[in-house]
Amino acid sequence: MKPYDAIIIGGGHNGLVCAAYLARSGRRVLVLERRERLGGAAVSEEVFPGFRFSVFSYVVSLLRPEIIRELELPRHGLHVLPLESTLTPLADGNYLAQWNDHDRNRRELARHSLRDAESYDEYGLRMHHMARAVKPLLAMAPPDPASLSPRDLLGMASLGGHLRSLGRERFHELCRLMTMSSADYLDQWFECEPLKATKSASGIIGTLAGPRSPGTAFVLLHHYMGELDGVFRAWGFAKGGNGSVSAAIAAAARSFGAEIRTSAPVEHVLIESGRAAGVVLQGGEEIRARRVVSSADPRCTFLDLVGEQHLPGELVSAIRRYRFRGSSAKVNLALGELPRFTCLPEPGAHLRGAISISPSVEYLERAYDQAKYGEFSRRPYLDIVIPSLLDPSMAPPGKHVMSIFVQYAPYRLNGGWTDERREALGDTVIDTLAEYAPNIRSAILHRQVVTPADIERTLGLSEGNIFQGELSLQQMFFLRPAVPWARYGTPIRDLFQCGSGTHPGGGVMGASGRNAARAMLEEGV
Amino acid sequence: MLKTTPFHPRIAPLCASHAWRRWAGHVVASSYELSHEREYHAIRAAAALLDISPLYKYRLRGRDAARLLDRVVTRDVQRAAVGQVLYTPWCDAAGKVLDDGTVARLDDTEFRMTSADPNLRWLEASALGLEVAIEDVSDSTAALALQGPNARAILEQATDADLAGLRYFRLAHARLGNVPVTISRTGYTGDLGYELFLDAARALEAWDALVAAGRNYGITPAGMLALDLARLEAGLMLIDVDYVSARKALVDSQKSSPLELGLAWAVDLKKERFIGHGALREEAKREAQWQFAGLEVEWGSLEALYVKVGLAPQLPAAAWRTSTPVYSGSEQVGYATSGGWSPLLKKYIALAHLEAASARVGTQLEMEITVEHRRRRASVRVVPRPFFDPERKRA
Repeated sequence: MKPYDAIIIGGGHNGLVCAAYLARSGRRVLVLERRERLGGAAVSEEVFPGFRFSVFSYVVSLLRPEIIRELELPRHGLHVLPLESTLTPLADGNYLAQWNDHDRNRRELARHSLRDAESYDEYGLRMHHMARAVKPLLAMAPPDPASLSPRDLLGMASLGGHLRSLGRERFHELCRLMTMSSADYLDQWFECEPLKATKSASGIIGTLAGPRSPGTAFVLLHHYMGELDGVFRAWGFAKGGNGSVSAAIAAAARSFGAEIRTSAPVEHVLIESGRAAGVVLQGGEEIRARRVVSSADPRCTFLDLVGEQHLPGELVSAIRRYRFRGSSAKVNLALGELPRFTCLPEPGAHLRGAISISPSVEYLERAYDQAKYGEFSRRPYLDIVIPSLLDPSMAPPGKHVMSIFVQYAPYRLNGGWTDERREALGDTVIDTLAEYAPNIRSAILHRQVVTPADIERTLGLSEGNIFQGELSLQQMFFLRPAVPWARYGTPIRDLFQCGSGTHPGGGVMGASGRNAARAMLEEGV
Repeated sequence: MLKTTPFHPRIAPLCASHAWRRWAGHVVASSYELSHEREYHAIRAAAALLDISPLYKYRLRGRDAARLLDRVVTRDVQRAAVGQVLYTPWCDAAGKVLDDGTVARLDDTEFRMTSADPNLRWLEASALGLEVAIEDVSDSTAALALQGPNARAILEQATDADLAGLRYFRLAHARLGNVPVTISRTGYTGDLGYELFLDAARALEAWDALVAAGRNYGITPAGMLALDLARLEAGLMLIDVDYVSARKALVDSQKSSPLELGLAWAVDLKKERFIGHGALREEAKREAQWQFAGLEVEWGSLEALYVKVGLAPQLPAAAWRTSTPVYSGSEQVGYATSGGWSPLLKKYIALAHLEAASARVGTQLEMEITVEHRRRRASVRVVPRPFFDPERKRA
């Protein structure tokens, strides 16, 4: 039989995006997914009868608009329901809400600080400019500034031209964003503590760093990208859960002729005469292809699927140093009734958005302190959504599902993760939430706790890092995952990478998968 | 949700149209009656009562209050007499307009500033090292405009103020019934009119007193649609419609300097310094690239476009605010930002940004107009602003 043009290892969203783009260009493509279901960390599962959960990733914020457009994802079933607000309940019974509606938002902020109500717009505009400044980098195979190859030189020239076009003021601002902590950066703008804390939280997600750690300001920007393409507004909750994002991409890939197999775990990449020739599945089945693309994370790709014996020592040690340090967990709840927050007990619009337990920067920094020394936070940062309020099909009528993102829950927990520690984390999360919504305990019908160790075991994400490696500056752009292999290639001929562990990485964004496919097609795959 | 103004309990039952709109986070009436027509004519023929409470209002007090304002706005505040009101824009350091509003000198060391957008942070940031207390009194101060030829007669009935002696852009302190008010002879209609500032807690008392005094003079509550037509006739520009605040502009080309907005008269370059002074001094040496001008559509040309498709000319019932291209020959030389049919002047008028070379009064241009789904061009002529300028405004 004619071999495949490409085998994609891993049916997560990036693997599927890569497969869809290759298939769209007429390549014969096979996706191999280890689990019985597609989607990687973007899956919906009926964990408890009648209740569907986005078990791992839970919102759509960064999915690239060009992917939605080019793969026609709405036609393949993607429907993003907007999240309208962010509620930050406070211990004293007050709250801070951020609303999509400008007037409503301003009025609410003015309740806390007239100055912040004014700064908010200026901050938004500044972030808009900064996100615009960085956006072209997202769709770019990152050039290595130290390389003299024509391709890298051209890339650097275009990048240099772009940065110069920003003008002095914005370039300087970008430098500040790259180097400051999110707390310091936000201190320049705001005085209201819960506002600063809630905004700074997006700088720490998925990273073992606190809001006062340098470099976290840049991640604020990473999370602003989702709000850039006004027309798409891809910031919300996917109807049917995040599994339907994967399902839509898979349907698009199949429509272009891609083959997709589940329950097909790859044991290793078949390497013949220094080039990738296919894969061998667990159980011994050998499948040959002209190219192999791995959407697994860098550690898994290079150290497990390829093996150090095939790799240069420098790359092996770089990948060993590459930081995963999973720091977040998930708690998924089936609820018999809605939570009643002390600050706003009645059901209302505030429950249809995100609910953020981030009362102050100090709260978040303390939560980090404990994780730094190997404990989960006694009072963690929580980012909560109630998808059943946006999409009633997620739960039986009148019942609800609640998704709680928890940080910090370090992968390297003192004494290791056990069933007891997992449930202790679950208790801590519920205790934390109960301080703001006391009825939560009696509302719970079922509880699922997912620790970084569970994420690693279930999904194969090393150390349970949700971004396939931290979004810290030392491993972004041409450093992701390692120099000089940041342009989706590897030292093994015909072996490519397309996971979040490559530039730009992180979030249900799909840019890595698309960039990798484009890089391969440019090389004439 | 949205805020309501202190007059809302009176306004809501009167708003038969249920046509509401937003203004600075407040819900305000677009029109009270089903059509805004009578409300508009009240502005020009009797007296219209307009709730202008959503304006942002700041009180500045202290030894350096005048110095602060002088740093911020483009006009000379130090020279303003007690009781004088200045209309003024203010700019960023590049000399681009941030906002426009009024500065009223209540006392040697006390001012009230009104603005369209919030400016607390800007004022505070500009006040470094100065002895001045800045207070946002937007919510605690209610404001009404009484505009139209009968406005003075009504206030003479309702207040104890000496209105005969109150000149244009001056203010007086008085009692309206029992309510202390500041009466400022200013407005946004280009007509004889006054603006009243008072304690929000006493808003309803003041409303009732005015309505009672005005009953025999045709006092008519009027909404934003009527005001919009009147301000168009008066040639007065509106933020977010006719210009983009430098604070909100996404690209530099969206920003305007006061010289480009026809506000050179309100920029006092002789002042030692103010924010944007350097940039504006440089700009003033050259001819401004853009001018903000009045356009009058030539009836014959408009009528011909409609006749061609078998229709009589169809005129906009309310003022429009969609950016509309203006051409000189085949070249686009600008864009109109507000326009409409003046029921008083019986003219189709518009406000436009024009390249300086095409902005001289009398220049013949063309403006895009959509006739039966097709884009056409009607002849327009550059005319002086304001379109309507009655003697009673200042008399």
